[in-house]
Amino acid sequence: MLSVTDLRVAYGQSEALHGLTFEVGQAEIVAVVGRNGMGKSTLMKSLMGLVPTRGGHVTFDGADITALPSHTRVARGLAYVPQGRMIFSTMTVQENIETGLFVRQRKAVPADIYTLFPVLQEMRGRYGGNLSGGQQQQLAIARALATEPKLLILDEPTEGIQPNIIQEMARTLRRIRDERNLSILCSEQVLSFALDIADRVLVIEGGRIVHQDRRADIDAELVARYLAV
Amino acid sequence: MGGYSLTDLVSIMAMQGFAGLILFSVFVLMALGLAIIFGQMGVINMAHGEFLILGAYMTYICSHVVQTYAPALFPVYFFAAVLLAFGASFLLGIVVEWLLIRHLYKRPLDTLLATWGLSLILQQIYRSIFGAREVGVELPPWMMGALQATDTIQIPINGLIVMGLTVIITIGVYLLIYRSRWGKQIRAVTGNRVMAGAVGIDTDRIDRYTFGIGCGIAGVAGAAFTMIGSTSPTAGQLYIVDTFLVVVFGGAASLLGTIASAFTISQARSTLEFFLSGSMAQVLVLLTVVGILMLRPQGLFTLKVRR
Repeated sequence: MLSVTDLRVAYGQSEALHGLTFEVGQAEIVAVVGRNGMGKSTLMKSLMGLVPTRGGHVTFDGADITALPSHTRVARGLAYVPQGRMIFSTMTVQENIETGLFVRQRKAVPADIYTLFPVLQEMRGRYGGNLSGGQQQQLAIARALATEPKLLILDEPTEGIQPNIIQEMARTLRRIRDERNLSILCSEQVLSFALDIADRVLVIEGGRIVHQDRRADIDAELVARYLAV
Repeated sequence: MGGYSLTDLVSIMAMQGFAGLILFSVFVLMALGLAIIFGQMGVINMAHGEFLILGAYMTYICSHVVQTYAPALFPVYFFAAVLLAFGASFLLGIVVEWLLIRHLYKRPLDTLLATWGLSLILQQIYRSIFGAREVGVELPPWMMGALQATDTIQIPINGLIVMGLTVIITIGVYLLIYRSRWGKQIRAVTGNRVMAGAVGIDTDRIDRYTFGIGCGIAGVAGAAFTMIGSTSPTAGQLYIVDTFLVVVFGGAASLLGTIASAFTISQARSTLEFFLSGSMAQVLVLLTVVGILMLRPQGLFTLKVRR
């Protein structure tokens, strides 16, 4: 589904990703774990076309998308839930979700999105900026789902969220995958959450993938050592 | 204010108030365009006054063409002129965005310089085509008269028409931004450009048309402007500063604020101008605005939301 080959990304002179190669399969959940500053967010942003790629290739659904602008990537089936959620704070909850509909030329918010996040239906007239962190996270996911993605990219979804809501979110993400048969690529610092949702875990360090395992045979202690500061 | 009786004063206030309303209309239309463009793209369009003048010249051309070739239609030419003014400024706006502005989005200070340069170029083009002398637009007779509201108060008909036009356009802009699908995309790009792209909105396209619409509204302001001033290549310069004042005073993010501040400033100007000289009125208004902005730097109106 998504295939990344020797991806290099640099901010000015300093290279942040030194040639990443990995794949995400159909309906697979892949978690990218690593400490702060190891390149997780840069990877997610570059997959969305938000930072320019210096080298390598990204193919999605058989087509090369390395040089496409972000809105065309969304049209191809990528959706993005950014770190810090980036809700349109001066628009209502419903309008926030509707911003994701344009790319599919749809007009009404699909009912199943509100089924997934009932709290958003209750709050649909409120400004996005006035929601709590957890509600904003749900809104960001709902907005991404409105674009009818084939691959959902989440950047640190647990950041700033209460522990009990984190567990619920893991369940929700699995449910989204099962119901919609889409793939999920998720960057994460909380190992328990990553192990909870992922079919496969990649460990990124210093802009390189240093370890990867299927969940069944993952060595949690080894991965935890990579995450330790 | 010696020498005026109370009824005189009331009449003066009312009539100057109406004169102020035409100025208000031009301010609102100019400021709407400027505020939309600044709000979405962070571009301060120094050439906005020249888009106003383009609209004014279009009205001038339209009046002459209609007078010469279709005198029967002369009574209603103004409405065609408004459309023409919008269309011309809209198209020029889109071309300018495509040629110039879009290359400078990452350098906001340079857009200031570039659009200022553009305003000089446009002024010279107007001078070459239309000449440096001021031109006036002839209005059809039915628009020239005044309604006699009371013995001492006269309300000019063209003022009422301009007001009506402004109300329609303001409502139109409101509906466009807050009720239409297009407006939702504009607000998303205004709110967070990067994220708007990442939910699938083509930000380049939205930018181009928003810039065009902002300039087009300035063109309509130009058509209205022909009724209160004479058109010359540099006349736009007189309005651009006041328009900036209106936008900043109102709070750049708020449509209501723009309208309220345009109203305050134009009415204050117009009423004071009767009693003082024009430049003293200007100075007083400016000082007051500066004073208020020191107390309330974010402008009159802001949206209460966590960002």
